[in-house]
Amino acid sequence: MIQTVSVAVVGNPNAGKSALFNALTGARQKVGNYPGVTVERHVGRATLPSGRPIELIDLPGTYSLAASSPDEAVTRDVLLGRQEGERLPEAIVIVVDASNLDNHLRFALQLIALGRPTVVALNMIDLAKRDGLELDPKRLEAELGVPVIETIAVRKRGLAPLLEALEGQLDCQRAVPGDALPPSEPIDLHRRAREVATAAVLRETPVRRITHRLDSVLLHPVAGPILLAAIMFVMFQAVFAWSAVPADALEAAVVAAGNWVGGVLPGGPLRSLVVDGIFAGVGAVIVFLPQIIILFLFILVLESSGYMVRAAFIMDRLMSSAGLSGRSFIPLLSSFACAVPGIMATRTIDNEKDRLTTILVAPLMTCSARLPVYALIIAAFIPARDALPGIGLQGLVLFILYISGIVSALIAALVIRRTKVRGSGGLFMMELPKYQMPRLKDVTIGLWQRALIFLKRAGTIILGTTIVLWALASYPQAGPGEKQSEVSIAGKIGSAIEVVVKPIGFNHDISLALLPTMAAREVAVSAIGTVYALDAGKSDQLQTLGERLAGRWSLATALAFLAWFVFAPQCISTIAITRRETNSWRWPGFMVGYLFALAYLAAGITYWTAVAFGLG
Amino acid sequence: MTETSLEALKVGVRARIDAIDWNLLDPACAGRLRDFGFDEGVSVESLHQGPFGRDPMAVRVGRMIVAIRRSHARAIRVKPAA
Repeated sequence: MIQTVSVAVVGNPNAGKSALFNALTGARQKVGNYPGVTVERHVGRATLPSGRPIELIDLPGTYSLAASSPDEAVTRDVLLGRQEGERLPEAIVIVVDASNLDNHLRFALQLIALGRPTVVALNMIDLAKRDGLELDPKRLEAELGVPVIETIAVRKRGLAPLLEALEGQLDCQRAVPGDALPPSEPIDLHRRAREVATAAVLRETPVRRITHRLDSVLLHPVAGPILLAAIMFVMFQAVFAWSAVPADALEAAVVAAGNWVGGVLPGGPLRSLVVDGIFAGVGAVIVFLPQIIILFLFILVLESSGYMVRAAFIMDRLMSSAGLSGRSFIPLLSSFACAVPGIMATRTIDNEKDRLTTILVAPLMTCSARLPVYALIIAAFIPARDALPGIGLQGLVLFILYISGIVSALIAALVIRRTKVRGSGGLFMMELPKYQMPRLKDVTIGLWQRALIFLKRAGTIILGTTIVLWALASYPQAGPGEKQSEVSIAGKIGSAIEVVVKPIGFNHDISLALLPTMAAREVAVSAIGTVYALDAGKSDQLQTLGERLAGRWSLATALAFLAWFVFAPQCISTIAITRRETNSWRWPGFMVGYLFALAYLAAGITYWTAVAFGLG
Repeated sequence: MTETSLEALKVGVRARIDAIDWNLLDPACAGRLRDFGFDEGVSVESLHQGPFGRDPMAVRVGRMIVAIRRSHARAIRVKPAA
């Protein structure tokens, strides 16, 4: 059997590399991780015209082989055969943006000098034409000494000629030199790239590009920040407003399914496990799927349109006054979805101190796992009326919770930069790519992946902890006149925790939920759901959780619980990823310590204030 | 026209990079500037400025738009195109 040829897809950021990879491999791809680093590894299969299968590796975009951030280092190491667990790619597909030749050719020249069978994809040729640029691919081919194929990856144009050229290159045998870096002075390389680019450009007419026109509004000194604030505000309002109908339908379906299963199963422990454990617990979390999808929809669209980088541009000065840079804005905004990808996204920050500080404050960004907790408590305790005409009170409270997280993050960053992570700030220098219409297919794939991850979590971590909690909360059984949530093992553990959290207004139910919540924050909802379902016991009707809560908690307690969740680092995955990204236990330890302290204080102050105002 | 720095270049004015004072920049920053194509003879244009303290600034370098801070733009000497 012949081993499948492995081909690396390489290029500058924003060259359309991933689009080309997606077009070539279609659905036949796997997303994994490189060992030891949290850089995503995308591998897919394609077939050459002769029917020979090849394996394509999509490498992180980088500007040169002199890597300055961890993901750029992966690209370098894979190409030079130094990456552990990855074989040396036999051939290279270089993706260059046709309208940015002088820049992208510099890296291309470095790659061609590796001497491996190479093909250049002259990508986004349509956009180059739109920009008034006329190119001569044949001349470019002659200058570079490797085949140059015009492609439009997003429309799947030029793929067949590209694969054909690749096969041709593979067939003419060449020695693979291995891991020697070609000797090249960066300045010489640069000048050569410009020479080649100038030679390949036939005509260049300056056109006022659409990107420039959009930027003159979106980056306007006054309109820019206002638009950014408006976009964020709409995003958080939409999470509530748009999700109401699908979430209600989903909730009704879960309650109906629970009732039906409860009616079919014979009474006893099994029925209790299924109805009180699985349906009450996991069901309570699943109903938040619509809100999570809406949040990710906004983030994916902002990211793929090119706006996210503009947001970083607008925020840079403010972030630098907190000791961070605009670079930190994207990881922090991603942390609204989940701190884990957010912390992983910090690998694009080249300054080590900026990166560490960003990691340490990322958990203060309200992640989507907190959304179920916030949404449940807000729906149960905050009346659904308008605070101001057109602005819902519930959405406003949610917005305030998010803002508290952001403000605390900036303050925490400032304090951390002055105490634990001192030193000069990093540089802020980034490319502002052309605006692009987000493509429905890419956004759909992204949303589908997020939804799957969420459902998988619900099916594994949340289901698992819910079952364990159900068992601990069900045994020993309560006698007549006793409350199940107090007699059981879980009840006893809850009572022990209650001693610590009673001063900040937390009742027995909350104490009981705090421990399993470490597995994943949404478990707070499922845990409380299970406990109440067990207590309700005798009545077989499943009430919604919100209705049960409203009867048992004071408003002061509910508000304190919300304040706790703004800060509490209750997520094992975040702690684990921080350990992996900082390579020590010191920083995750520090993070957990300061966040718990803040959570305790914030919940306490909220509770005592609310009680003083007679809301206890 | 007289030589000035990229920082002082007015928005909308095209210029050519005359010299870059690499001594004013730390190595990481110098490397990045090179990565983005800043070099003598390259055409530049100041496009936009940040909302707070007019920092950072968006600059066209060749055919690419790059955001850089004023403190770095100061090290780049440019000659406005006539």
